[in-house]
Formats: sequence, C-alpha cells, structure tokens
Amino acid sequence: MKALRKQIDKIKPHFEKGGKFAIFRSLFDAIEVLIFVPDRVTSRGSHIRDGIDMKRVMITVWIALIPAVLFGIYNIGLQYYQSINVDAGFWQMVWFGFLKFLPLLLVSYIVGLGIEIIFAQIRGHEVNEGYFVTGLLIPLIVPVDVPLWQLALAVVFAVIIGKEVFGGTGMNILNPALVARAFLFFSYPKWMSGDLVWIANLVKGEGVPDTFSGATPLAQAALYEVDSMPSVMQMFIGTIPGSVGETSTIAILLGAAILIYTGVGSWKIIVSVFAGGLGMGLLLNAFAVNPYMEIPAYQHFVMGGFAFGAVFMATDPVSGSQTETGKWIYGLLIGILAILIRVLNPAFPEGMMLAILFMNVFAPLIDYYIVQANIRRRLKRAKSN
Amino acid sequence: MSKPIKLRKGLNIRMKGKAEKVLIPEERPGKFAVKPVDFPGVFPKMCVKPGEEVKAGTTVFYDKKNDKIKYTAPVSGIILDIIRGERRRILEVVMEARGDDYVSFGKDDPEKLDATAIKNKLLESGLWPALRQRPYHVVANPDDTPKSIFISGFDSAPLAADYDFIIDHMPEEHYLTGIKTLRRLTEGNVYLSLSTESTSNVLKKTPGVEINYFSGPHPAGNVGIQIHHIDPVNKGDIVWYVNLQDIISIGRLFNEGKYAPDKIVALAGSEVEKPRYYRTRTGASISTIIKGNILTVRRASSNNVRYISGNVLTGQKIEPDGYLGYYDSTITVIPEGNYYEFFGWITPGLNKFSLSRTFLTWLMPGKKYRLDTNMHGGERAFVVTGEYEKVLPMDIYPMQLLKSILVEDIDKMEQLGIYEVAEEDFALCEFICPSKIEIQSIIRKGLDLMAKEMS
Repeated sequence: MKALRKQIDKIKPHFEKGGKFAIFRSLFDAIEVLIFVPDRVTSRGSHIRDGIDMKRVMITVWIALIPAVLFGIYNIGLQYYQSINVDAGFWQMVWFGFLKFLPLLLVSYIVGLGIEIIFAQIRGHEVNEGYFVTGLLIPLIVPVDVPLWQLALAVVFAVIIGKEVFGGTGMNILNPALVARAFLFFSYPKWMSGDLVWIANLVKGEGVPDTFSGATPLAQAALYEVDSMPSVMQMFIGTIPGSVGETSTIAILLGAAILIYTGVGSWKIIVSVFAGGLGMGLLLNAFAVNPYMEIPAYQHFVMGGFAFGAVFMATDPVSGSQTETGKWIYGLLIGILAILIRVLNPAFPEGMMLAILFMNVFAPLIDYYIVQANIRRRLKRAKSN
Repeated sequence: MSKPIKLRKGLNIRMKGKAEKVLIPEERPGKFAVKPVDFPGVFPKMCVKPGEEVKAGTTVFYDKKNDKIKYTAPVSGIILDIIRGERRRILEVVMEARGDDYVSFGKDDPEKLDATAIKNKLLESGLWPALRQRPYHVVANPDDTPKSIFISGFDSAPLAADYDFIIDHMPEEHYLTGIKTLRRLTEGNVYLSLSTESTSNVLKKTPGVEINYFSGPHPAGNVGIQIHHIDPVNKGDIVWYVNLQDIISIGRLFNEGKYAPDKIVALAGSEVEKPRYYRTRTGASISTIIKGNILTVRRASSNNVRYISGNVLTGQKIEPDGYLGYYDSTITVIPEGNYYEFFGWITPGLNKFSLSRTFLTWLMPGKKYRLDTNMHGGERAFVVTGEYEKVLPMDIYPMQLLKSILVEDIDKMEQLGIYEVAEEDFALCEFICPSKIEIQSIIRKGLDLMAKEMS
C-alpha cells in the first residue's frame, strides 16, 4: 500500500499540466482517487465532514444492483437452454449468461467512461462518478441480443446528449440510462421489441422448436393471451423472458431494501410509484372491458420493468423531483402513467420507460409549485404581522 | 414551563473529548489579539500603532462603514503588531498584556438611562459588536430599533461549552444587569431560549424575559433556528441577538464601569488529554490553556492537529499560539486528516461517522468518534437530494436557496428566506453534503450580496 502510494507520487508529475502525459491527466486522476481517497483537508467552513462521498453513494447503488445482475446472468442461460429444449446444469447456465452479459457490460463501461474522461479533461474537473451506476444500469435494461455497435451508439448518445450537453452529472434533465434505452427503442425497434429478442440466440432460431414462443408476459397480456402467461410466482422470481436485469422482482426488492435502509434511494419515490401503479391498476379493473384490464392490479408489479424502474430509475435524484413533497407526486404519476401506457396504448407494450422520462421532464414543474407554496407561506406570514 | 418546541430535524455528531465540568483558574497569557475577521463585513480603520500603550477599553479600530462602532482592547498593554493577510486585509492586531488598567466608562443603572445613552456606552466600550442582527448575521446597526432581542441559553453544537456550567460560575449580578440593559434596547420582547435539559436556576428564573424551551438535536441551540420558530424575520424586520457570556460583560460594564470581557471556555476534542473548562478573556492567546494538554503533540512530537476557536462546525482555524475569537466559548482540538486512505470509499468504515447508513458504524449507535479534518472525497455538483432537509429544522428549501445564491438571483434569495439564515444554520448541511460543497461560504456570499443590494 505504501509502496503503491510512493509509486503514484513518483509518476504523478508526468501527468500534471506540462508533463509528458498531460493528455491523460483526467484518466490518471480518476484512477488515483479510486485507489486512494485524497489527503485533502477542510479549509473553510465545517472542519469535519461526513464519511460519505459521491463514490460511496454510487457504490451503494451498485451493491443494491448486484442481486439483479446475478439473477439476470443466470436467467440468460436458463431462458436459452429452455428455448432449445436442452437440460443444462446451473453453472452451465450461469457461464452462458456470463459470456453473454460481459460484452454488454464492457461496451457500456468502455464507451461511457471514455467519453466521461474526455469531457473531464476538456472541462478541467475530476471524473464524475455518475456513469459508474449508469454504466451498469444500461446493460440491465436492454435485451440480451442487442447488437454491440447499437449499444455503443446508444451509450454515446446518452452520455453526450443526455448528460454532458447539460453540464455533466448533476445537471441532466433525463435519466441517462433511460435515454440510452429510448434511443435504441426508437432507432432500432426490430432489436428492442417483438417476441424474438428477449432470449439469447432466438433471432437465429437454431435448435429452437417451431412451437416455442419467446414472448414476454407483457406481450402476451397485450394480445389478451392472459391464460398462457407464466404464473405470478414465476414472474415474481423472474424466470421469464425480458430485459437482462428486470425480470426478477425478488432480486429488485432486495436492492430496494438496501437503497432504502442506507438512505441512498428515496423510499418516498419507490413507495409512491407502486401506489400509483396499484391505483391505476384498480381503476382499470373497475372499468375492465378486456382481459388485460382485468388482470389483478398487483400483478403489474411483477411484469416487465415496473419494479426495476420504480427502484432504480425513478429514484435517480438528479432527474427526479428534488423536493420531498414533490417526490410523492412525481412517484404517483410515474406509477399511474406506466400502467396507463402499458394497458391502453397498443403501440407500446411497456410503459415504464416512457412514464419515467415523461415525469423527468415534468419534475422541475412539480418542484416549482412546491417551492412557490413555500414562498407564499413566507409572504403570508409577513403580512399577518 | 411553557410547552417546549420540539425539533425533529438535525444531527448530533457524537465526538470524543467532551469537556469535564472542572473549572481551571485563569493563567493570563502574555499575548492578546483583536481580530477584525471575527466580524464579517467590517472594514477596520486602525486607531493605534505598534508600540502604543493601551488600556482595557481603548479603541483599537473602528468600522469605516459605521464609525460609531468601536473595537477595543480586552486588556491593558502594548500593541505589538498588525498582522495582514491577502490584499493587506488586517487579520489580527496583536498586543502584549501588561498591568491591569481600565478605561473608566462610569457606573450606571441601565434602567435610569435612555436607549441612546445605553447605546453610546456600549459603542464606546467595545461591547456593541456583541449585538448582532438578522438579516445578514452581522454586527447590529446602532441606528435601528429591533422588533425583539434573542438569547440562546444553550449551545447544541458538537463538544460545545455547557452554558449551565458557565453561568453558575459567573457573577449573577452582572448577568441580571445585562438583561436589564437589553430590555431597554427594544420595545418588543427579550426572548431567552433554553433546552428542556437546562439545569441552571439562574437561567430558568431570569426576570423580564420570555423563556421558550427547545428539545431536539443540533442545531436546536442556534439562535437563528430559535428565531425562526418564535418570532421569524420577515422582509423589513430586524432582530438582534447576544451570546450569553457577552451579557455578563455588558452587565459588568454598567455595574463596574469597565470593559472586562472575562469568559469561561471549554477546551474540548479528542486530542486534548484533560478536556476541561478554563477562565480566560476574549482575545486571549490559547497557549497557556493548551500547554502540555494535547495528546498527539506529546506522543508523536509532531504537530499534526487542528486548533479551532469555536466548535468543529463553525469555528475558525487558529495556530497553537492563536487567539480566542470574540464570539467563541469553545476551543476544539482535533486531528488533521492529511492522509491518503486506501480504497476508503469501499471499506466497511468502522471509524466513519455518517448521517447515512452506508457505513457499518450504524450498527454502533452509541459510539463516540475521533473525527479528523479529511474531506473524505472530492467536490462534485449537487446530486443527492433530500439530505440537507434532514438537518435543517426550518421551513426553508436549502438546495433551492443555495442555487439562487450561486446564480445571484436577488429576488429568489429574498423569496426563499435569505433574511432568516446565517452560515452557522447551514453548517450541518455542509457536514453531511456528499458532494462536499462549501455551503457556509455560499451562504455568506449570499448574505453579503443581499446586504450590499439592500444598502
């Protein structure tokens, strides 16, 4: 450890302004502060500081995502071997899933972090940790067979247009991971929807029996094939086709518990998204005219990306509502819109992505009215004196 | 006892080294200083030169913007040096203590004087700066009449001095005269805020004031928080406030006719071998207090500790031979944090204190910490939301207010409550900020900007 520190101090001058490798300054900085929390001390204001920093916040989200990642890897293998009707062992499935997931992850991180480092260098600030989480979220919300070049393009779009043009982490309006997904969804719909993309290698169809369907529960529900949907338990556990990390509600709930307990994710948003979804589901039940509207309201929670969106996407503090009262309204509307789009709009089998992006845009408006109420309270108090 | 005001928001930072209730008699140090930097917004105009002899109460400098407000020597002696910082800003006027001579301001009964005469006496003696005001958290303007005057009867900051202990060891007659004096300065109320845990009968039975009780974590003891809950500052309002120990000095001025700013301070912090209370005086060098009492210095013969005049959240960094600030009742000594931490952001963090539960220390609810000055991370943009609100017990949106200051939007700052706040009220926001933003400096910038705009 001390030897490493010495080594870093020795090569550091080369990476500073005017050094041989000044062009890699931001990369060097990023790696240095990753290995060693800097020795910087307080100079003005509070002499002591809370142990938490942005890295700790991000690693906590990362840890919360691990159950979904592990289950996703296993499920990639499981779905594949089921589709070709082969009995495979547990580790065989995990290995298959791992080999499928790794390229997605690598593309996401290499492309995304590459752009972040370039921007940090241009702007002369430290590399932000924001992409640390975004980079893991993106491979979890795409179909397993998405072509890597498309994914790379989506990451470029999300980081530059979704984030950096606004000034970087903390300044963006939309959730960058969802921007990547929306980019794929609207640019390459063939690879983002239908019945063939959710299970590895199904597009090629080698060894797949003709009778096999790779449809997700959402797609089945949209066709009113409610009877052929997997059981609620199966959907809760997550052994169903879908985007890599979204299928297992139980893994996502584990993550939610970590986020809420550490205080990193807003429980208000998570609870209100589910409340909004439940309310809308019950409303649809009451006026049901087709089998999709009839499915029990709670069942929406285990289908598609609802739970994943509620726990990991809606809770993004930057693109969400920033006032505590606003968070309730913001979450409720996400839940309502997601189910509304899902059930009543045949063009979009899943409504979560669009509901969150839509509310990302409206979050500042919600905050505006909440803050105005505070301003009015203060004016009223002044007058009553 | 009226119904206590219960505050739920806030945070008690559990630190090692609370001062034991033992009072050490004064050992007067050789040097004292008057520090213009204690008074934000004051432009000092010097009245003395190095080598000049002064008495306790002799004007050292006055404020160029308001020449009635004088800043005087706390003891008699000789002016040694005027220490300047960047852009020749005066930091300290250092003097050598000699003898025990006082300028005589005459004994008076404040109840027989009118407000103008009281003000003049306070202005001449150098005790006026003890009165501060909201808005802007600066020295009060003697031309104003405040709608009320506030006194906080307890300090809730980490390791702060216990006012109950202090008041019980100070002359009660001066305290009572001080209170009488304050009552002459406003047509409204004088409010004294106490903690529900306050024990001092002197405080609880203070005549002529309205007493309110507060319960809850820091910053419940901050006068700004108390004002917000009792008699909030609206646009155009002016409220004054005084520190408890300064009331005693004011009383002494009227009872004895001299400026003798005696104080009891707590020496606290994890690096102090025997944290205790000391009798001393405003502006005194801390050297005699800390001598032989700092652990790290003795053990490692190094000097890697930070001396703070004030508490760890809002105090001023001073040298081991630095001077006690005008408004401070606590001296805190903590370790410096100038070390690299190997993968510090991913370790379980068994020695890290955090409002969040991202470190394993949440498993140890009673643990006391030896906190140092490390930043624990680099500065970032605002990312996490809803955290500042947890430690600010005011009906104010902290992040929105901070952003309005950063873009210098005067109207928004006013609408969002800039008149009610001081940097000390936001000290906990700064402590918990995961983006390591220097929030107190931003608030000060906003207050200065607003004061300039409104003058």
